[in-house]
Amino acid sequence: MQPYDYIEIRVPAKAQYVGVARLTISGLASRLGFTYDEIEDLKIASSEAITNAVQHAYQESEDGEVVVGCALYEDKMEIMIADHGKSFDFEETKRQVGPYNENEEVKFLREGGLGLYLMETLMDDVKVHHEEGVTVFMTKYLGGERVEEDVERTISS
Amino acid sequence: MQVDLMEENSIQRFKIVGEIDAFTAPKLKEKLDATEMTEGMRAELDLSDVNYMDSTGLGVFVGFYKSVSAVNGHLQITGVNARLKRLFEITGLGDVMDIVSEESGDKDAAL
Repeated sequence: MQPYDYIEIRVPAKAQYVGVARLTISGLASRLGFTYDEIEDLKIASSEAITNAVQHAYQESEDGEVVVGCALYEDKMEIMIADHGKSFDFEETKRQVGPYNENEEVKFLREGGLGLYLMETLMDDVKVHHEEGVTVFMTKYLGGERVEEDVERTISS
Repeated sequence: MQVDLMEENSIQRFKIVGEIDAFTAPKLKEKLDATEMTEGMRAELDLSDVNYMDSTGLGVFVGFYKSVSAVNGHLQITGVNARLKRLFEITGLGDVMDIVSEESGDKDAAL
């Protein structure tokens, strides 16, 4: 397993904090060396996921929290966004966020409108996990370098 | 985010300044919804000072586009830099709406 720095922030599930989380992600991406355009992609993709989480949480109860976890590797950034307030175990959640389930994807798309489409277009990999709320897990490689996820998984297991 | 409405040569021109996201999009929508809809009206949304936008903004634009189209009017979106243009293109909205790119935005044109 590659070493990485992990940064987690928790914000109230309110629209005014989406921009705050976006600025944090922008700062981390800049630290990692992403280009201007890649940082803009990351800002939009993560805002879409956080906006979905905020809107979802708002329907359920009024005082939820959104957890944003960022793992900074040498060559990529992984972002996890969960709409259920509890802080998560990054590695454990990453394991659970399995391959795509077509049905779940369709359901999520309907709720999120253009959001998921933009996440998939702007990031190199996006996974959605439904259990105790929705967790979105997305990855972007430095310099648009697309390492095959399957190959990577085989090597690290 | 700030929205200023000015009427120039019978065009309702909205100048939007700042970020359009989940927090500010409802305020933008409110402002646009307050526009008086007249038959054959012409409207313009100037995005030259918008430094961030996501799908929440696109959603508001689509709503306004529908309202303007419903009265046989025309909506033009201007001051679209390379970043915003990409967003309109990947969502397919660029094919539907009248988008005018910002020619002078060279610093953002490295796509």
